[in-house]
Amino acid sequence: MSWLLALPIIVPFVTAIFVFLLRKKGAAGRWLSVLGCSVLLIAAGSLMAATWRDGVVAAQMGGWPAPFGITLVADLLSAVMVLITAITGLAVAVFAIADIDARRESLGYHALFQILLAGVCGAFLTGDIFNLYVWFEVMLIASFGLLVLGGDKAQMDGGIKYVTLNLVSTVMFLTGIALLYGLTGTLNMADLHGAVQQVENQGLLSVVAVIFMIAFGVKAAVFPLFFWLPASYHTPPVAVSAVFAGLLTKVGVYALIRTFTLIFNHDIAYTHNILLAVAALTMITGVLGAAAQNEFRKILSFHIVSQIGYMILGLALYTPLALVGAVFYLVHHIIVKANLFLVSGVAKRLTGSFELSAIGGLYKSSPLLAVLFLIPAFSLAGFPPLSGFWAKFLLVKASLEIEAYLIAAVALVVGLLTIFSMTKIWAEVFWKPHPEEISPELSMIDGRTRLALLLPVFALAALTVTIGLFPEPFVMFAERSAGQLLDPAVYVQAVLGVTR
Amino acid sequence: MNSLILSAATRILVGLMLLFSVYMLIRGHNEPGGGFIGGLLATIGIVLYAISHGVAAAREALRLDPLSIAMGGLGMALFAGIMAVFFNDAFFSGQWAFPFAEGDDKGFPISTVLLFDIGVYLVVVGAVLSIVLGLEEEV
Amino acid sequence: MEILLSLLIGLLVAASVYLMLARNVLRFLFGLVLLSNAANLIIFVAGRLTPEAPSLVPEGYSAPPELVANALPQALVLTAIVIGFGLFAFALVLVYRGYQSLGTLDSDVMRVAEPLAEKASSPKAELEVKGL
Repeated sequence: MSWLLALPIIVPFVTAIFVFLLRKKGAAGRWLSVLGCSVLLIAAGSLMAATWRDGVVAAQMGGWPAPFGITLVADLLSAVMVLITAITGLAVAVFAIADIDARRESLGYHALFQILLAGVCGAFLTGDIFNLYVWFEVMLIASFGLLVLGGDKAQMDGGIKYVTLNLVSTVMFLTGIALLYGLTGTLNMADLHGAVQQVENQGLLSVVAVIFMIAFGVKAAVFPLFFWLPASYHTPPVAVSAVFAGLLTKVGVYALIRTFTLIFNHDIAYTHNILLAVAALTMITGVLGAAAQNEFRKILSFHIVSQIGYMILGLALYTPLALVGAVFYLVHHIIVKANLFLVSGVAKRLTGSFELSAIGGLYKSSPLLAVLFLIPAFSLAGFPPLSGFWAKFLLVKASLEIEAYLIAAVALVVGLLTIFSMTKIWAEVFWKPHPEEISPELSMIDGRTRLALLLPVFALAALTVTIGLFPEPFVMFAERSAGQLLDPAVYVQAVLGVTR
Repeated sequence: MNSLILSAATRILVGLMLLFSVYMLIRGHNEPGGGFIGGLLATIGIVLYAISHGVAAAREALRLDPLSIAMGGLGMALFAGIMAVFFNDAFFSGQWAFPFAEGDDKGFPISTVLLFDIGVYLVVVGAVLSIVLGLEEEV
Repeated sequence: MEILLSLLIGLLVAASVYLMLARNVLRFLFGLVLLSNAANLIIFVAGRLTPEAPSLVPEGYSAPPELVANALPQALVLTAIVIGFGLFAFALVLVYRGYQSLGTLDSDVMRVAEPLAEKASSPKAELEVKGL
């Protein structure tokens, strides 16, 4: 069991080392990166199978017993996040074959990409809050490198904002850990679950909870803390921004869900009400920001912010159904958002720009791409029968159930405004004729490149449709996962009971 | 920098610092020291060389790209962790061997922990050097 | 001693906030260094300050023979320092490269990635913004 948990971290690291040594060799490094992601997918799949069979699985690294050593632990949420990371990683690795130029390759794109995946998987799997900090940093330093790799002017500009604001959140996180350690004397998350209940000054615990909320809020890009995201996500190559859009903010959301179900559930009326307000404001500001943008990837970036609000909403309502919705939303969103960024990359390839005013005519010249855009776009907006519909349906139903009509209304209106943004992209990029009267056809790209560009888009779209048409097993899965989140005893038993 | 005193002193100091860094690395086994501090000391030695003889000369003396050194170190550290699989232990469990051990005397203990520390040493040398040499070339 | 260190942490945070509110990115970075040092000190104090010996196990023992200081915060602080050092070095290089390619350290003028609305559409206007 120990190795099953460690493999999703080991595999990308090993891949990173070899692709770095092959970075000047061109094709070899690319294919090795794809191979590494495939192995990661297999490892994640078997981890998923193990958690589905046995519930929560845990292992102590180095043989040091919990709570003293570092624990790796996977419940269904962690396992599904690792699985989805592997899927997104594989899709982007294939896309990168066609998207990343030789210069960025020789600078070590593939190695940084693999280290990023290792960091993300590590963050999902660790059961120790300080170790979570370390994985955040691994992820962060790789993302810094990826963001400014190549050193275009816009990249440096976006990079400076991304790096500085994320560093502040890092220090906040560290401060939170220090105070939590001072209060409880432990860092193991399962152990913390019990230890926080014995803290005399529960008010102080709420302060620490808010510090964690701010730290993870910056990572997750929630309402007052999201400014780094739309400033930077549209600057790097698509193969970078797609993986960022799919995974990075979701690690923040995962961390919020993990800490605010396992550790900080002492004063739900206080902390989760803050989260509720944050969720509503995040949804609204994100979607309004998107409405004001006229650049493909900037619109999508603001929509990331808006969609994060839905996931936080699920956590904030804190009912079983709401958490089901949050988990479902998380999975659906990663696939859809990464896919939309990939589509924007293909569109840029064909028409030469991300500016909506400078491109057009894709519906007539490449209808296949138009269909491939519509699937994730409609899913994002919540059209039945795509995955986004069920995700939104669960969340709205959850808010109606506890008579939170206002937040339900906000969620529905934001969904409507999402359609507005998506139709704007549709009208500008696909319907209107190209301003320079060129008709960009998919057949202009040579066969193998085209395959590398479209295969991941197609696969992710197929996944979206599958979740949409057969939601039942996925909802059932999310239900079991939410059950585990609401009943931390199983998690605690798995971690602390292993060696006792 | 073009200074006779510095370059003459560097010739002796670099060797001493590199030697001392290895001493620190091995001493870290049971006493204060270790891969990180040793790596930093080695870096300082090489940076000193870069200051007195120029960055190009320092890169040539290194023979390998600093980042490749760092990646090699990462691989070594990871391999030290993976070694545990051969002994049916959890990831990163330290594995020890005691060749020449007689009775109470532990002989010449070697371990994956040391391998990990050497990996850390190389990562620190590689990562810090690539930053410092990169900055030195810019200015 | 705790009170003294708390005051010091407060002072560091105050100074770092002052520095971070500046528009100059380099000042922001120095503020960040102070802030991360403050965070390290918080970890150190959170582990309780005790006057015992350093936590080393002498040869022949399997546990320290007398009371020793809490080793965990020291390990945490060491990790945090190493990570902070790496991130800061990276950020410094980034700001320097940014200064070279953008020609400024003023975060208000850095608008290449997000050009002002009225100038947004044409690449020529973008060049003008870069020239600032």
